[in-house]
Formats: sequence, C-alpha cells, structure tokens
Amino acid sequence: MIKRTRGEKIFAVFNVILLSLIGLACLIPVWHCLCASISDPITVSKTRGLILWPKGGVTTIGYAKSLQNESLLRGYVNTILYVILGTGFGVLMTIFAGYGLSRNLLFGGAIALFLTFTMMFNGGIIPTYMVVRSLGMLDTRAAIVLPTALSVFNIMITRTSFKSIPEGLMDAARIDGAGHIRILVSIVIPVSKAIIAVITLFSAVQIWNSWFHTAIYVRKRELYPLQIVLREIVLQNTSQASDAGEATSELNQLHAIIRYCVIMLSIIPMLFLYPFIQKYFVTGVMIGSIKG
Amino acid sequence: MPVEITARKKPFRQRLRRDMRENWVVYLLLLPVIIWYIIFCYLPMFGIVMAFENFKFAKGLFGSAWVGFKNFQKFFSSYYFWRLLRNTLTLSIKDLIIAFPAPIIFALMLNELRSRKFKKSIQTISYLPYFISMVVVCGMVKTFTESTGIFSQISQALGGPKELISNPGSFHGIMITSGIWQGLGYGSVVYISALTAVDHELYDSAKLDGANRWQQTLHVTIPGIMPTIIIMLIMRVGHLMSVNYQKIILLYSPATYETADTISTFVYRKGLLDGDYAYAAAVDLFNSVINTILLVTVNWISRRKSETSLF
Repeated sequence: MIKRTRGEKIFAVFNVILLSLIGLACLIPVWHCLCASISDPITVSKTRGLILWPKGGVTTIGYAKSLQNESLLRGYVNTILYVILGTGFGVLMTIFAGYGLSRNLLFGGAIALFLTFTMMFNGGIIPTYMVVRSLGMLDTRAAIVLPTALSVFNIMITRTSFKSIPEGLMDAARIDGAGHIRILVSIVIPVSKAIIAVITLFSAVQIWNSWFHTAIYVRKRELYPLQIVLREIVLQNTSQASDAGEATSELNQLHAIIRYCVIMLSIIPMLFLYPFIQKYFVTGVMIGSIKG
Repeated sequence: MPVEITARKKPFRQRLRRDMRENWVVYLLLLPVIIWYIIFCYLPMFGIVMAFENFKFAKGLFGSAWVGFKNFQKFFSSYYFWRLLRNTLTLSIKDLIIAFPAPIIFALMLNELRSRKFKKSIQTISYLPYFISMVVVCGMVKTFTESTGIFSQISQALGGPKELISNPGSFHGIMITSGIWQGLGYGSVVYISALTAVDHELYDSAKLDGANRWQQTLHVTIPGIMPTIIIMLIMRVGHLMSVNYQKIILLYSPATYETADTISTFVYRKGLLDGDYAYAAAVDLFNSVINTILLVTVNWISRRKSETSLF
C-alpha cells in the first residue's frame, strides 16, 4: 500500500469522526425516547432538552398505563391482522404476477407495460377515494388492506429473480408432465426463498407503518390500526380519557412519558427484527437497483 | 420490412392458439393482478374526468354537469394559488439542493473508510431511521421542536424563535432535516452499490499517474457513479411538485400554513376534509401535469447532454 500523505491522514481522521457523529445522530432520538419512557413523569415534564439517561428514578408506570389503554391494544391487534392479511394477499399476488411475467407469454410485454405505466401516472388521491367509496369499501377492513396491497416495484424484482432460475430445472419437471402450478409450487418458490423474504418484508413494514389511507377511508374506531392510535396520542395529544377531574390531571402528568412509551412500544418489535430486516432489505434494494 | 418479419414468425393466430393452449394457467394467475390494477389504478385515472365536472357524488361520474376548465380557473384566481405554488416549489427546491446530495456524500465518505467493520456498523445504524414509521418520526420531531425540545432550546439560546414547530420560518428546515435523518442511509444504498461497480483498474492507473486520493475521487469515483446520480436526479426533478405531504399533514398547523401549506396538502384538505371533490381533483391534476412535463423535459435534456436517461 502506498503511504498516505499528511492531508489524507487528516481527512481519514476527520471522516471517521464525522461518520461516528452521523451514526450517533441516528441513534440519539430513539435513545432519548427510551430513557424518557422509563423516567419519572413529573421530572420529564419539567425537563428541557435531551434526556440521555432515565431521570428521577426508573419507573415502568408509563408502560403499565399504556398497556391498559384499550385503543392502543386494539390498534396493535388490528395492525397485526392487517399485516398478516395484506402481506399474505400481496405476496401471493406478487408471486403470481412475477411468475407470469417471467414466462414467455405472447402478451407478456403488454401486461408488463400495463403495470409499469401506473408507476408513471396515477389518478391521484381524490379519484382513488371515489373508487374506494363507490365500491362500498369505506369503513371496512378491506379498505385498509386492499388498495395498497400490490406494488409494481415488488412485482418487477420478483420477475427478475424468477427469470434467473435456470430453464433446465423446469424443463426436467415439464418432461415429467408437471404443469405451471406444479412447477411454481415445487421448483420456483422453493429456490426463490430469498426474494420472497424480501417482498414479504417490504410489504409487512409498509403495512405496519402506513396511516394515511386508513385516515382517509376509515372512521370507525374499532378498525383503527396502531399508527392512527399513535397519531392521536403522540401528535394530537388526545389521550382519550376520562371520567373524573382528578384522574385527568394524573393522566396529564403521565402523558409526558406515555407518549414516549407508546413510541417505544411501536418501535420495539421492529428493533428485535432489525438484524433480519436490514439484511434482506439491502438485498432487495440491490436487486431493485440492478434493474427492475 | 414488415413482410420479412411476418415471414420469419408464424402467423399471429397460430401463435395465439399455442400460447393459450400452453399458458392459459399463467394468464389465469395474472388475471386477479390485472383486475386489481384496473380497479385501484386505472379506474382512478378515468375518474380524473371529475376535475372537469361540477361533481356530485349522488349523480356520479357520468351524471354530473360538465363545466370544462372552471375548477382550474377557480384555482388559478384563488387567493391561495401563489402561496401554494411558492411553498411547494421552495420546499421542493431546497430539498433538492440540500437533501439530494446528502446520501451521495455519505456514500463517498463510507467508501473512503479502511475498516470494513466500522463501515458495516455505520451503514447498519444509518438504515434504522428508515424503518421507523412516519407517525413516530413526526412524534419525535414534535418533541424536539416544541418549546421544551432540544432544538427550540438551542434556538432560544441563540436568540431565535421560542418554539420552532409553530414558527412558519422554521418549517422547511424541520422538514428537510428530519427527511435527511430518516432517508440518509436508505438513499445511500443505491450509490454504495454503484461504487462497488467502479472498475478497480481505473484506480490503479490513476495511482500510476500520481493522482492522490482526492484526485482519484474527483476523476475516477465520481464519474464512475455519475450515471446513477443522473438517473436519481431525473426521478427527483420529475417529482419536483410532489412534496412529502403525509409528513406535512402530521406536522403542520394553521399557525404554519403560511409556509407549510402546499398543493398536495391543500388537495387533501379541500377534497377529503371539506368534500369539494371536483375542485381538489382539478388542483391535483394541475400538479401531476406539471410533474409529468418536468420529468419528460429533464429526461430529454439529459439524454441529449449525457446519454443517460430514464426512458
């Protein structure tokens, strides 16, 4: 290796310091929320600036109170349901479409164009709302799961991956008399576990995090997913309390930490899955950038 | 010419029969997907017609009265038109200038690291914010920018506004900073993968010519990833009129409408909250027409100047 000049050494040190700071900046907001969520509520409500360690003694009262919040729990259960339904439907359809477009169909090119055109141009939120409304889907679980279930990007990376399967594998099965369904189930899907993991992940994360179209299509509280409940608690400051005035003031004090608790409760599952998520996520973006 | 082509291929009807015999199952699998796209993507496209109508839900798309460009005229002569256009463009252009280069610089910085372990850790950490939901990110932004939050505290110490989140002058800064925070790692992935594809022999010959690290970056690395940068830039400029309206809706308030209200958020409020559907659809259509014109223009310029283009 060629010796580095002085300028290059200074740059290297500076670079490492700056990148470390960027890394810290990515973590500090989450750390702040974690520490605040287990701090003493009254101390937190008086604190200005960052909370980098639990203040006024560690307490789990915020979590205990949050977990008693019925809307939050219902939101959790609903979101899990929507993730299962939406991901199940979306991934199944994406596999069908990916397989279809990876075959040499007479109308394959036309169908691919039909799908990719929607990436360039769409009707916009108002006409889409009108379609959902005309179908009688307002205030139904279908409105939360269906309208965003498919993505052209996922279909295209699935197709690319299916296309790379050696044709010989399928020819052998075809000679044995296997039809398309057999080939899809016993050859294509088993050798494409990685790409299926990627699209499952993309779709699950997207459904877990989405809030906007639910806010448009659904007014029934019992259908609310987690993010809508979070929005009420964290951003609109309406912790839907309460009967007595006494209880309200206690809740107001607690609210200082409850919003951090609900933030953490929504991030924690993701943090546990993160090592798995980020591995497949990088694979997915790479496949996508090579050419969808 | 056409005669030659048809002469080589079998007649269309014969190919069609064969395709249907061999692949009808595949078409059956594709059918629900096509139906989904018709319902949720193509029907709304036809629904845009409502922008030219005095649309009443009870009368439907075909029964409502045709009014031509009246909804558009109403928008162009509206008190809010210039404010919305100005906010949309300034927020988007600031974002383009500040947030677009950030992941490129970040990827280049990572590329200069010698320790693979350190590089990998920083990368992994930097993807984390991308997976935090928009609602939670905005919740964090709010706690940091309300009067007791760290950023408002800093602002107060410097003699600035007391509370940043309700100060119109700070709104774009909040949007762009939080956008970079959330998207830096994710945005850098595509550049990092482009960097690994740069030919290593080019570096060796640059070294032989006596180029130092800086010159290598300038003359080998950056030209190497330029096609990727241009593609990303075309896509970005093609969305110049699309701001992150979901985030704005979570963060703005009537106190900050002066700088925070954009065309997309106006569409949301007018259409979905006030129920003025046709007017909102017209405003939205105006927005996407400008976007499409921009995309096609930038793509055309890029194809002529650098031979890199999206289509």
